[in-house]
Amino acid sequence: MEERYQKLKEIVQTYLPDDVSADSITIQSNFTQELNINSANLVDIVLDVEDAFDIMLENEDMDGMETMEDALKIIDSKIANP
Amino acid sequence: MISQDTILSKLPYSQPFLFVDELTSIDENGVAGAFTFHKHLEFYKGHFKKLPVTPGVILTECCAQIGLVCLGIFLLSNEAGQNQDSNASIALSSSEMDFYLPVFPEEKVQVISEKVYFRFNKLKCKVKMYNTERKLVCRGVLSGMIKMDKNGR
Repeated sequence: MEERYQKLKEIVQTYLPDDVSADSITIQSNFTQELNINSANLVDIVLDVEDAFDIMLENEDMDGMETMEDALKIIDSKIANP
Repeated sequence: MISQDTILSKLPYSQPFLFVDELTSIDENGVAGAFTFHKHLEFYKGHFKKLPVTPGVILTECCAQIGLVCLGIFLLSNEAGQNQDSNASIALSSSEMDFYLPVFPEEKVQVISEKVYFRFNKLKCKVKMYNTERKLVCRGVLSGMIKMDKNGR
């Protein structure tokens, strides 16, 4: 779990705007509301997550992915049931 | 498959901010189209004083309307199937362009766009613009979010 979180955090921090510090990422962070990531960069995060974890996400997964925690749950469930 | 005329009719632009005259080819991997910058276009009065040159931001817009929006409408209609009576809502999300040659009034340009990916409503393309002498005017990478409006899906 911790390893997956770190991997996700590394992906997310490359898309942070200049005025948001990587230290501000927590498990509860909301991508658009708190980390100020736009919807286009959220797609890039999803594509990087797919490559990093070797999984495929669907449109419904994307709709439910608002926070770091949501993303981790989706990653866990995709790895468990590919 | 959606016709090129239908794609043009679904574009959410009109004069003086429509920068597509025709599409010459389109498929799921890319699109090519053309536009002529007529000398009466309003921005030539001020860009520049006494020296009309097409602004880079307008060349970028032309690349985006042909390369991103027309292709996006085509891809969405493929996904949704026929009988889509809806219009596309679009937003440019990033542009990174390099410019090589100026475009003067009355020049016709050709835009060629190659899809990088279209996923989760984000379309990313590599675009190139050529002048009538087939010389490269500008090139770059454009991305946008594109989806059918509420009347559609």
